[in-house]
Amino acid sequence: MSMVGGRRSLVIPGEIIVEGNFRAGLNTYLENGKIYSTVMGLAEIRGRVVSVIPIKSYYIPKVGDIVIGIVTDNSPTYWQVDINSPYMAILQVSDALPRPIDPAKENIRKYFDVGDVLLAEIALFDKLRSPLLKANGRGQGKLKGGILVEVSPAKVPRLIGKRGSMINMLKKELGCQIIVGQNGRVWINSVNEKLIDLAVKAVKIVDEEAQTRGLTERVKKFILKGKEKIDLESA
Amino acid sequence: MDEEIKLIDENGLRVDGRRFDELRPVRIEVGVLKNADGSALIVQGRTKILAAVYGPREIHPKHLSKPDRAVLRCRYHMAPFSVEDRKSPAPSRRETELSKVIREALEPAILLEKFPRTCIDVFVEVLEADGGTRCAGVTAASVALADAGIPMKDLVVGCAAGKVDGVVVVDLCDIEDKYGEVDVPVAYMPNKGLISLLQMDGILTMEEFEKALNLAIDGCKKIYEVQKAALKRKYDFTEKLKREADKSEE
Repeated sequence: MSMVGGRRSLVIPGEIIVEGNFRAGLNTYLENGKIYSTVMGLAEIRGRVVSVIPIKSYYIPKVGDIVIGIVTDNSPTYWQVDINSPYMAILQVSDALPRPIDPAKENIRKYFDVGDVLLAEIALFDKLRSPLLKANGRGQGKLKGGILVEVSPAKVPRLIGKRGSMINMLKKELGCQIIVGQNGRVWINSVNEKLIDLAVKAVKIVDEEAQTRGLTERVKKFILKGKEKIDLESA
Repeated sequence: MDEEIKLIDENGLRVDGRRFDELRPVRIEVGVLKNADGSALIVQGRTKILAAVYGPREIHPKHLSKPDRAVLRCRYHMAPFSVEDRKSPAPSRRETELSKVIREALEPAILLEKFPRTCIDVFVEVLEADGGTRCAGVTAASVALADAGIPMKDLVVGCAAGKVDGVVVVDLCDIEDKYGEVDVPVAYMPNKGLISLLQMDGILTMEEFEKALNLAIDGCKKIYEVQKAALKRKYDFTEKLKREADKSEE
């Protein structure tokens, strides 16, 4: 296959990517000197390591990740949070509020209720229990207003870009508040609804075309065009 | 019904005009269902099957979960309108067995240990049955699994062979299955060269069996190319961008 030297090619599960002296990286396995892909995605060879960037992926919690969750249920002392993952997360009251409360006297629903969107951090996850969240850090807790967009968790690194190039460009050009969770959820807020609309479209473009070249520039052009249109309409 | 049914005519052609080693035309579409994590539609001759994959997701009831890997659950079901006489929608004994058979054909290909304590649900719904539904079901289910982004060692392809009127043939249709002598369904992992399903209903000599098995594997390899093309067509973004660029130029 003529893809040594950074070229990417689309592979399907079980497809042989390369033969010879290579090491199996992410989403691949080695058998009898051949490297096979395990998922549908783009194969990439860097040095001697072969890996595949998946097109669809699932978020597996990792301690320290900042995620955006949606409260799905509550009990007297904890909330159950959907973090866009095969595993449901748990947020204990003591990890969410600045001071202890008495669950016998207070109903925790007045802090977070079902349907609320939370910015939280994975505090603990050992594959034997549900992941535990904490939401008492700076800026963490309930996200009010705004709009939530979902992208594939595998595309999150592209949405942030090298040293934040993509996300900083989006924030600068749009002037919106944008928070990207490692679990593939993106929260966007602004006073101007049309700008939110534009931001959602821009994020969708990044999600769909994550593997193409010159994406940051293309998205920038798209935003400038969109902003011109908004200015014309309001004028 | 005519008691003398000729399944192979004087020119050696079968009831639908195929040669002994010819498959029915196969078409696969990927991502046909919006709500499923992965889905596929296969049309093989007059057989039409929809496969949907959900998960990995939380397993209910919880006690079924495995601490070290995901649980694969499979449901093969025939729609009431899929056969000539209405089929009761309640799962029959045959459907329960085929659910198990399809699950066991897919299981060795999936890297279940990547998602401990979860389950992956596969639904195989037969919309139109004209023979070879378990094989086409396996083919469609593995495409749906790939579409769902579930890590697999290889795709699984199903294809049947059999004997009708004394001739070993590949990819039996319903009439050949009913009035023929033998049916040998095979599920195969083409890149690894492994067989994950092999059944035989009827009696074959050793030589006939080998011939049937080879025909079925050849058929699997041909269908694999269709699977591959279908998956690549859906996700080839460079192609998609090119198409869009062409459109905007026009």
